[in-house]
Amino acid sequence: MNYATRLIHSGKDRDPYTGASSIPIYQASTFHQADPEHLGHYDYARSGNPTREALEQAIASLEGGARGLAFASGMAATSSVLMLFSPGDHLVVGQDIYGGTYRALTTLFRQWKLEVTFVDSTDPASVRKAIIPATRALFVESPANPLLSITDLRAMVAIAREFKLLAITDNTFMTPYYQRPIELDFDIVVHSATKFLGGHSDLIAGLAVTRDAELGHRLKVIQNTFGAILGPQDSWLVMRGIKTLGVRMEAQQRTAGILANWLLTRPEVKRVYYPGLAQHPGHDVHKAQASGAGAVLSFELHEMAMALKLLKHVKLPLMAVSLGGVESILSYPATMSHAAMPKAERLARGISDSLVRLSPGLEAPEDLIADMERALGSGQ
Amino acid sequence: MTQAIATILAQAGNRYDTNTGAISVPIYQTASFGHPALGQSTGFDYSRSSNPTRLVLEETLARVEGGHKGFAFASGMAAIDVVLHLFKQGDRIVVTEDLYGGTFRLFEKVFRPLGIEAIYVDTSDFVAVRKALKLEGVKAVFVESPTNPLLKIADIRAIAKAARESDVLTIVDNTFLTPVFQRPLEQGANIVVYSATKYLAGHNDVVAGIVVTNKPELSERIGFYQNAIGGVLGPQDSWLTLRGLKTLPLRLRQQQKNAVVIADWLAIHPRVRRVYYPGLPNHPGREILDREHSGYGGMISFEVSDPARIPQLLAGVKVFTFAESLGGVESLITYPAVQTHADIDAESRERLGINSRLLRLSVGIEDMGELIDDLKGVL
Repeated sequence: MNYATRLIHSGKDRDPYTGASSIPIYQASTFHQADPEHLGHYDYARSGNPTREALEQAIASLEGGARGLAFASGMAATSSVLMLFSPGDHLVVGQDIYGGTYRALTTLFRQWKLEVTFVDSTDPASVRKAIIPATRALFVESPANPLLSITDLRAMVAIAREFKLLAITDNTFMTPYYQRPIELDFDIVVHSATKFLGGHSDLIAGLAVTRDAELGHRLKVIQNTFGAILGPQDSWLVMRGIKTLGVRMEAQQRTAGILANWLLTRPEVKRVYYPGLAQHPGHDVHKAQASGAGAVLSFELHEMAMALKLLKHVKLPLMAVSLGGVESILSYPATMSHAAMPKAERLARGISDSLVRLSPGLEAPEDLIADMERALGSGQ
Repeated sequence: MTQAIATILAQAGNRYDTNTGAISVPIYQTASFGHPALGQSTGFDYSRSSNPTRLVLEETLARVEGGHKGFAFASGMAAIDVVLHLFKQGDRIVVTEDLYGGTFRLFEKVFRPLGIEAIYVDTSDFVAVRKALKLEGVKAVFVESPTNPLLKIADIRAIAKAARESDVLTIVDNTFLTPVFQRPLEQGANIVVYSATKYLAGHNDVVAGIVVTNKPELSERIGFYQNAIGGVLGPQDSWLTLRGLKTLPLRLRQQQKNAVVIADWLAIHPRVRRVYYPGLPNHPGREILDREHSGYGGMISFEVSDPARIPQLLAGVKVFTFAESLGGVESLITYPAVQTHADIDAESRERLGINSRLLRLSVGIEDMGELIDDLKGVL
């Protein structure tokens, strides 16, 4: 089935009981049991809710995995996945991982003796070098946030198989519409569904998908035990968002390409990071593992003052954290997504004080260009 | 099995979804329903015609009112609009004179130009109503009781009996007392209407309207207009209204408890000229309520001695919120002459007693002492 069709008809796309064209929002905490000895499929909504389950089936189908699970946030999804490990286990993690994941690994999970080595995952050799006998998994993001650095996902899977590690990736930036890591043999995909999947900047949600059913069952036990589940209203809204994922991604990617090329022509701009640009490092690797460049780009201005001027004077994009919504969002990684990272560490990773990240929405690209042009020129 | 209202409401929606056993009815946020096969239907086709979440709300209201069928609308005005579509050019309707401003506007600005005439009478005066019912062309009597904002009480049983004898429909707006305190269909009325925005939903977070009918032929016609006009209540708001209904008896009881104390306190306050509350011993309608109904509600109106102080008073309240609407868990204070009844001309307002001294309270479920302290502070 064409992927655009799968987006509309993934999982349970209609209510089996009434035929309703949209799964009902089961705003219920508990379920009446017909037989006290044999509980039904649903007993308590933390364990299972029909609305959430429909979303979980949808994302499993869209990622090509065995099991999908929905969580209260992207971090709840990632944290639940990290609970698969035990004290003393070691993970090799891409150094450009999302700041919140970095914080969870270096504070919360470090206390529990989950050991982590951060490496430049764009270089498979350094990943391989970081593996020790206690290593249990690789956790990478491609493209990574905020420099859109590209990791060779096939190379990661090859290393994971060789050393019998779990391969985990955060697929938030690409979504399964452009990139399906499980089809490349990854074991677990996590998402902040707050971003492109939900797509309307109106909810907080996370998803995890496992390649095989056994791992899915283990994660399900954690989901039920830990309980950071997604509520029925938000589950329904994510499904509603997924129906337009394809058209949104296409439109936002198109705008991102136009903006990236326009930024290249601006004298204030030192560098543009966008996987769709031929000169972007990893462009060819990305093309081989994803069917689109996505709709997030970052750019570095010549000086911090210019970045601040742009951020302060734009009118159309929201100046905010998050990305992937229908509204354009301009972010300042230094104080936003990567605020949790020590400054020296941040600068070493190329996330300078002049770096700005843009998540283009569905506005007309010419309006966004005019707005940024005005903001960059203002006061001169 | 006859059940108490509290039981019906607490259980509303439970056991509906036998497929999963969900205790709370699902929110069917859907426009359309797939058909099992050609010529077959699950009972639902298109959500304007019927939606499972809305249906549970409609059935719940029909049960607690002792009616035949319930219908949920996008607002109280949408509900009344559909009821008025039962009439045709040349028909006349006897209407409570101190009517909610929005209903008055509907009668005067929408239905009068269509040839449906409202005859306004004081419906707390049964003799005047009986006389009006005999007028040429009268097809219905539309009663608000207690009225808004003066809380006059009509004898619904007597009016419905007289109306039936004249072959006239009795329609009652039961927004203020709700089925917890007053069930007009059991007293002979044919149709009950509600702004469910008020006490039924009860949290000032939904705009909704309800119609309940007492017999199949009326249900059929109201159902037809509901579907044909399409001012239906959405599933999310239907669900919120159902959720609100579960605590209706508790809320109303507490609101009435607070209102009784506040009315007594206002009645002896030197800066208050007059208090309208059906629970006060000297209220002219109290005898009817005691005989026919089980409560007085949570609405109070009162006149201050010095209207020049009203702007200051409205700006000074801290627990009460100066806002329109009523019936929520939060206490509200309203200035009817400029807010709810602004659509009635000044002369009629003055004649009806909706003057510039009048304030209306919708008493919430806050602490009684703090509500009185708040009023004490501004009076």
